Amino acid sequence: MANPPTALEQDRAWALLMVAAQAGDGVAYDRLLRGVTPFIRALARRHCRNPSDLEELVQDTLLTLHRVRHTYDPGRPFSPWLAAIASRRSIDGLRRRLRLARYEVADATAHETFVDAAANNDVEQLRSAEEVGDLLRLLPARQRQALEALKLKEMSLAEASVASGQSVGALKVNSHRALKALRALFQERNER
Amino acid sequence: MSDEPPGLDMVVTSTDQLIAQLAGNLAPVRRLRSPARRALLWLGLCIALGIALVLRFAHPALFMPRFAVPRIALETIGTALTAITATLAAFELSVPDGSPRWIWLPAPSLLLWLAASGLGCLQNGFSLGGPGGLIGDSGGCFGFILVFSVPLGAGLFWLLRRARPIDPLPVAALGTLAVAATAAFVLQFFHGFDVTVIDLAFHLAAVGLIVLAGTVLRRPLLDAA
Repeated sequence: MANPPTALEQDRAWALLMVAAQAGDGVAYDRLLRGVTPFIRALARRHCRNPSDLEELVQDTLLTLHRVRHTYDPGRPFSPWLAAIASRRSIDGLRRRLRLARYEVADATAHETFVDAAANNDVEQLRSAEEVGDLLRLLPARQRQALEALKLKEMSLAEASVASGQSVGALKVNSHRALKALRALFQERNER
Repeated sequence: MSDEPPGLDMVVTSTDQLIAQLAGNLAPVRRLRSPARRALLWLGLCIALGIALVLRFAHPALFMPRFAVPRIALETIGTALTAITATLAAFELSVPDGSPRWIWLPAPSLLLWLAASGLGCLQNGFSLGGPGGLIGDSGGCFGFILVFSVPLGAGLFWLLRRARPIDPLPVAALGTLAVAATAAFVLQFFHGFDVTVIDLAFHLAAVGLIVLAGTVLRRPLLDAA
C-alpha cells in the first residue's frame, strides 16, 4: 500500500489544483474543495464543537475561499493561505455566537398565531404581499437581500451566501437587522 | 466577469452540494499581483503626484530653510516613512496569508513623526497660536489633509478592495493612515510656520478623522469577503 502523502506533498498537490482552478478548471476545483474540507473541519473544530455550527463554519470557509481564490499566489504555500481563511471565519463565527448569546433569546412562540386577531403578532396584520413588498423596499439593499433570500425564498445560509455574495455571518447580521427594522416599520404603521 | 456564481436552482443543504455548485459554476479569475508589487505601484503614483504638486505649487524659499532644521527634517522623514510602511502593510494584510505582524511596521515611523512634532511644540514653549493668532493657518492644514486624503484614499481603496480582504479592519486602518501620512508629508512643502500645539492638534485631528471614516466604512469600501 502506498504511503500517505507528507504535509509538503499534500500542500504542493493542493497548490497545483488551486492554480488549475484559478484558470477555470472545475474538475480540479471540485477535487481541491473535497480534499481540503477535512482539513478545514479539523481547524474549525478547535473553535466550535456544535456539529451544525461546525458544518456552517466549514461552508462559510469554502465560500470565502471561493471569493478570494484570485489572491492565492502559487509562489507561496497553500495551507497557510487556507488556514488563515479558516481561522478568520472561525473567529468571526465565535464572535457572532457570543453576540447572539449575549443579546438575543430564542422565542419559541414568535411564529404562533391565535384565534383572537388582536393576540397575533404584527406579521399577521399585514393585508397583502404588496404591503410586505412596500415595507421591504424601505430597507437597505443588503438587509433586504438577506431577508428575501433567507425568509422569503427559504434558501439555506450557504445558498443565500452564494447567491448574494454576502458571507454567512453578514447574512445573519443583516437578516437580524432587517427583521428589527421591519418590526419598527410595522409599529410605526400601526400607530398611524 | 463576476466572482460570484449565478443564483442556485436547488436548495444547497450539505457541504457536498455546495462544493458541486461552486465547482460547477467556476469561472477563471485573474490572479492578483503580489502585495509588494501593488504597494510599489501605488507608491510610485504617489511620488509622481507629489513631485508634480511640489514643482508646480511649492516655493523652495519657503520649505528649504525649514528642512535645514534637523527636527523638521526628522518630522518630514517620519511622515514619509509612515506613508510608505503603512501602504506596504495595508497591501500585505489585504490578502489572507499576510502575517498579522505587518500591522506593527508603521509604528516606529509613526512614533518618530509624533515625537518630532511633539518636540517642536516643546521647543516653541507650548505656544498655542501660530503667526495668524490662535488657529491661524492651522485650519488650512486641517483642510489640506482632508481634501488631499479623500481622492488619494479613493484610489488606494480601489486597489485594496480587489483583494476582498477577509479581515478589513487593519487594512482600512493602515490604508487610511497611509493616505493621511502622505497628505501630511506633502503638506510639509507648503507649511509656512513651525508647529504649535494647536497646529499639531489640527494635524492629528485630520489624520484621526480620515482613519476613523475609513475604518467605519471598511466593509463597503473594501468589499470585504
